[in-house]
Amino acid sequence: MKVRAADFLEYDKENQVYRVSPEQAVRDDVEKHYWRHVGVTILKDWRLYLMLVPMLLVFLFWRYLSMYELLGCFKVSDSVVPVSQQLFSGFSYFKRLLVGGDTLSTEFWRALRNTFILSFYGLCFGFPIPIILALFFNEIRSNAARSVYQVLTYLPKFMSTVVMTSLVTMLVKQGSLTTGMGIISQAMESLGLISHEVANAGLLNNPSFFRSIYQISGIWESAGYDSIVFFAAIIAISPTSYEAAQIDGADKMAQMRYVVLPSILSTIVIMLITRIGSLLNIGYEKVLLLYNTNTYVTADVVSTFANRQSGMAGAGASAGTGIAAAAEMMNNVIGMLLVIGANTIARKASNTSLY
Amino acid sequence: MKRKLEISELIFKIISYTLLTVFALCCLYPFVYAVSASVSGRSAVEYGSIVLFPKDVQFDAFARMFSDNMFWNAYSNTLFLTLYGTLWSMLTAILGAYALSKRRLLFRKFFNFFLVFTMWFSAGIVPQYLNYIATRKVFNAAGIMDDKWLVVIAMGMAAMNIILLRNAFEGVPSEIEEAAIVDGASEFQVLSKVYIPMSKSTIATVALFFAISRWNGYFWARQMISNQNEHPLQVFIRLRLEQYTDPEVIAGWNETFAADSVIYALIVCSIVPILIIYPFIQKYFAKGVNVGGVKE
Repeated sequence: MKVRAADFLEYDKENQVYRVSPEQAVRDDVEKHYWRHVGVTILKDWRLYLMLVPMLLVFLFWRYLSMYELLGCFKVSDSVVPVSQQLFSGFSYFKRLLVGGDTLSTEFWRALRNTFILSFYGLCFGFPIPIILALFFNEIRSNAARSVYQVLTYLPKFMSTVVMTSLVTMLVKQGSLTTGMGIISQAMESLGLISHEVANAGLLNNPSFFRSIYQISGIWESAGYDSIVFFAAIIAISPTSYEAAQIDGADKMAQMRYVVLPSILSTIVIMLITRIGSLLNIGYEKVLLLYNTNTYVTADVVSTFANRQSGMAGAGASAGTGIAAAAEMMNNVIGMLLVIGANTIARKASNTSLY
Repeated sequence: MKRKLEISELIFKIISYTLLTVFALCCLYPFVYAVSASVSGRSAVEYGSIVLFPKDVQFDAFARMFSDNMFWNAYSNTLFLTLYGTLWSMLTAILGAYALSKRRLLFRKFFNFFLVFTMWFSAGIVPQYLNYIATRKVFNAAGIMDDKWLVVIAMGMAAMNIILLRNAFEGVPSEIEEAAIVDGASEFQVLSKVYIPMSKSTIATVALFFAISRWNGYFWARQMISNQNEHPLQVFIRLRLEQYTDPEVIAGWNETFAADSVIYALIVCSIVPILIIYPFIQKYFAKGVNVGGVKE
C-alpha cells in the first residue's frame, strides 16, 4: 500500500501550511502512550473485563500453574521444597529414562510403546467403525426403528468409566474354587476360542488380552455416540445426488464412493484431526481401572507409569516426581507436535482446520 | 442394468440391518445381564448359570445396599459435586465466553490462545496432582477444610466447552444487542436478557457436558478427597468392587446372595437415574457433537 501525505496531513488554507490531521494526532497519541490507552479502554469497559477474570484465574491456577510444576522434570525432585526453589538438574532425568539402561528406562520405553500401540489401534478400529455405523443407520428408512437402534447404541456412552470398567471386570472375571468365571469368558471358552485354564485365570490377568479388551470395550462404549456426527453429515446429502448417480448406473458401492464419501470427507478430516490430537492423551483412567501388576507388559502407559513413579499411587517403590514429570513432559510434547502436525496437514490438504 | 442396481441395494440393506441388530444387542446385553445377576440367587450367580434371565429371584442384594449408609452418603456427595460443580463451571464459562465473543475486547487473540493452548498441551497427571496438593494447602489455610470444595472449584473446566459457548454467542445478531443497549440495558442485562435466552440450546448442551463429567468424575475425587464420608458414588463403586472381588472376602462370604450380586446391584443403581432422565437430555446430547467445529 502506498502511503500518501493526504492520509495523515491536511492543508491549512489560511496559513498555507500542512498540519497533522486531528485523526492522525489521535493515532500518534495512541502509539506513543499505548499502555495508557489500554488502561483507559479497560477502565471504561471494566464490566466486560471483569467477566473474563474468573475464567482466566481458573485456567491460570489449575492449568498453567500445573504446567509450571512440570518444570520439576529439570530440577532435583524434593517433596518438601517447591519447584521454584529446587536445584537445577538439567536433562539428567530425561537421560536416565531414555538411555538409563536400568529397569526404569526399560519400563519407560515399554510404557511409551504401549501408549503408541493402544492409541494407534484405537485409531485403526475405533475411528472407522462409527463411520460404518452411520452408513448403516442411513439405510434404515423408518424413523422409529432408527431411533430404537440409535438409543441402544448410545446407551453405553452414558456409563461412567468406573461403571463400564466394573462391568467389564465382572464379565471376564476369573473363576475360583467356589465361584464360576465371568459370562464372556464362559462364552469364549464354549466357542473354543480360549482354553479353560486361560479363561479361569481371568482375562484381565492375562497380558495378551489387555489390548483387545481395551479396544472392544472402547468400541462398545463410544462407537454409537461417535457415529452421530457422521450420520448428521450423511443425512444432509440431498436425495437428488443419489438419484443422479442411479441414473448414471451407479450401484451401491459406486454411490458410496462417488456421492457419500466426498460429502462427508470434511467431517471425517475434522474428526480425524481431533482424534490424532488426543492420540497420546489416551484415557489413563480407563487403563488405571483395568490394569494390574500381571498386565503391565501390555497395559502400562506413560501416564500410569508416571503415576506409579511419582508415589501418588501409594503402594510400591517410586523414583520421584522429577522422573515422573520428565516422562509426562516427553509424552505431552510428542502429543502437542501431533496435534499441530495433523492440523497443518489438514489445512494444506483440504482447507479444513480445527484451530 | 436396473435389476443389478436393486440387488446391490438390497444386499447392502440386509447387511446393514443384520450388523446393526447384532451391534445393538451387544450394546444392550451387559446391562440386561447386570440386572439379571443382581436379582438372582447365590448359587446361580456363583456357578455362572445365568445367561439372560434371572434365576431364583431375590432382592436381598438390593436391600443390603439400600440399608448401607455409605451408599446414600456417596449418592448425596455425587449430587453435591454435580450440582455445585456444574453451576460453578457454567458461571465462569458463560461470563468468560461472553467476553471472548466481543470483537472490541482487547488482546482477544491472546485470550483465545490462552484457552486453546490448554487443549494442545496438558501438564499431565503428576504435575496436576502436585498442583492440587498445593491448592489444598491454600484452601485449608483459608479455612476451607472440605475437600469437596477443592474438587468443585479447581477441577472440571474444559476449554472446548467455553469455545462452544463463545461460538454460540458470536452467532447472536448484533442488532438485537444494540437495540437492548439503546433501551438502556447494562452489560450484565445484555448477557442475561439477550445472549443467554438466544443461545439456550448450546447452553443446555454445555451444561450437560459439564454435569456428565462431574457425575462421572472418579480419579481426582479418589486422589484428593481424603475423608471417606465425602467420597462420591464412582469412588464408592470402585472401592466396593475391589472389596467384593477380593478372594478373602469371597471365601468368607456367608450371605443368601452372591458377592457379585451386590456389585451388579450397585452398577444398576448408578445407571438407572441416568436412564430416567435420558429421554429428556438426549436431543442436547446429540446436538453437542454437531456444534463441535472449532474456529479461531
